[in-house]
Amino acid sequence: MWDNEVIMMLVTNTGITLYMTLLSTLMAYVIGLPLGVALVVTAKDGLRPNAAAFGILDFIVNIVRSVPFLILLILVIPLTRLIVGKSYGPGATIVPLVIAAAPFIARLVESSLLEVDKGVIEAAQSMGANLWTIIFKVLLAEARTSLIVGVTIALGTILGYSAMAGVVGGGGLGDIAIRYGYYRYESDIMWVTVILLVLLVQILQVIGTKLSKKLDKRGR
Amino acid sequence: MEAMIQIKDVTKTFIGRDNTVEALKGINLDIEKGAICGIIGMSGAGKSTLVRCLNFLEKPTSGTVLVEGRDLRTMNDAQLRKTRTEIAMIFQHFNLLMQRNVVDNICFPLEIVGMKRREAKKRAAELLEIVGLSDKAKAYPAQLSGGQKQRVAIARALANNPKILLCDEATSALDPTTTKSILALLKEINEKYGITIVIITHEMTVVQEICNQVAIIDNGNLVESGSVEEVFSRPKTKAAQKLVFQGGGSTEVMRGKRCVRIVFRENSSFEPVIGNMVLACKAPVNILLADTKDIGGIAHGQMVLQLPEDGVTAEKMIHYLKERNLTVEELTDYVG
Repeated sequence: MWDNEVIMMLVTNTGITLYMTLLSTLMAYVIGLPLGVALVVTAKDGLRPNAAAFGILDFIVNIVRSVPFLILLILVIPLTRLIVGKSYGPGATIVPLVIAAAPFIARLVESSLLEVDKGVIEAAQSMGANLWTIIFKVLLAEARTSLIVGVTIALGTILGYSAMAGVVGGGGLGDIAIRYGYYRYESDIMWVTVILLVLLVQILQVIGTKLSKKLDKRGR
Repeated sequence: MEAMIQIKDVTKTFIGRDNTVEALKGINLDIEKGAICGIIGMSGAGKSTLVRCLNFLEKPTSGTVLVEGRDLRTMNDAQLRKTRTEIAMIFQHFNLLMQRNVVDNICFPLEIVGMKRREAKKRAAELLEIVGLSDKAKAYPAQLSGGQKQRVAIARALANNPKILLCDEATSALDPTTTKSILALLKEINEKYGITIVIITHEMTVVQEICNQVAIIDNGNLVESGSVEEVFSRPKTKAAQKLVFQGGGSTEVMRGKRCVRIVFRENSSFEPVIGNMVLACKAPVNILLADTKDIGGIAHGQMVLQLPEDGVTAEKMIHYLKERNLTVEELTDYVG
């Protein structure tokens, strides 16, 4: 059974998993990063405290975060159909992945930005910096290593979610694992996909850690 | 003298969930143009809040702050930010951008005012020259000592040619030697560029060293203000006395019946005044507190002496000291 066809299938689906993971993470950051910044800025001791705005954002993030991904996957099927035109395959998996990951990423970004020394923010204010300068040149710039660690965590989590989408024919390695390992009892194929998933997470982790270390100027 | 900053009836109340704190209870103070003004008080006295009211990092609950006659409260956001570029600030913990090197830290305020990169770099190099750190241009803050970090912070503060420099406990995290060198740098800046400096501190020695104007804050009130000479020689209030007698510690047990405090200002440090006095009057004295130092050959500081029981000798001693141009003050209840 280890013919060319199976190997090709594994290679292709590794590619699909990577594609789903990277694209969903990127798109989730497009939503999650500004959301995280907004949470920090509107918080009680933030740069522009706004209890109403913070309350709404915080509530939305909590609600989406508390829905288990497998349930969310099914809940958003109508929306997925609307956007992608079908409810299965890698393209369709990206929709629930982005929806699930964005609030998670918002929380990662929020906690990274809260690590930035309040004194440095105060110093920037004392120099006459405006809100946007503080966000880009102080908050995001000073938190960059922590943000990169966050990206690594997000990638690992989203990779895991993408495998879960195999249950509904989402494509990628998770799909293979379920179809061959679970439905057809071909457990050796399942084990290979698991090893491939572990390897992917390891590679992403190593790259993330290296990059954040390289960009961190705080050590001596 | 023209006032650079006028503080009028400034109050600040922090409203918490279950308690309100009146940090400032109606402060009035004029800070003269070109002065080095020390605002001194125990921790929690409200001095850090007061300095933040001077650039509206904290908006006073009531009262006005005028900078060169301009009322900060009537300004809109943009005007306030513009004014803040004229009021630089340095901090106890330096507050440098840890992910930027020294040059880029100094360029930051220049970026804020929209200066071109090349010009900003040139200006940063000049500023590093002024603070004596040209060789550290490419270093990151984590690679610098405390004193060096504060020098970078000072260079950064000077970048936009401010009229005022606010120092919030700027030397409190530094050792005495480094403190001295930073204070010398501040004095140099004040003299060379005519920048008005406001120094927040809890250490009397800092005020003595470089300030010419001083204000004492206690429990949200301004209890005493004036020239350093005046306030230091004759502290009128309890709070002022406590700060001036700092470091007295547990002298309670040694408390004598008749104590005097003497302040050294213009005596030559080469002359052993107390020693000569003892020889001249042929009676010993007990030194309860001594805090003097030699600044440029002149003795500065204070001593508290317990005089002999014999009234005639005591009078003779006081007379001897007064003759040598020392401020002598009888202490009725010296507590240290």
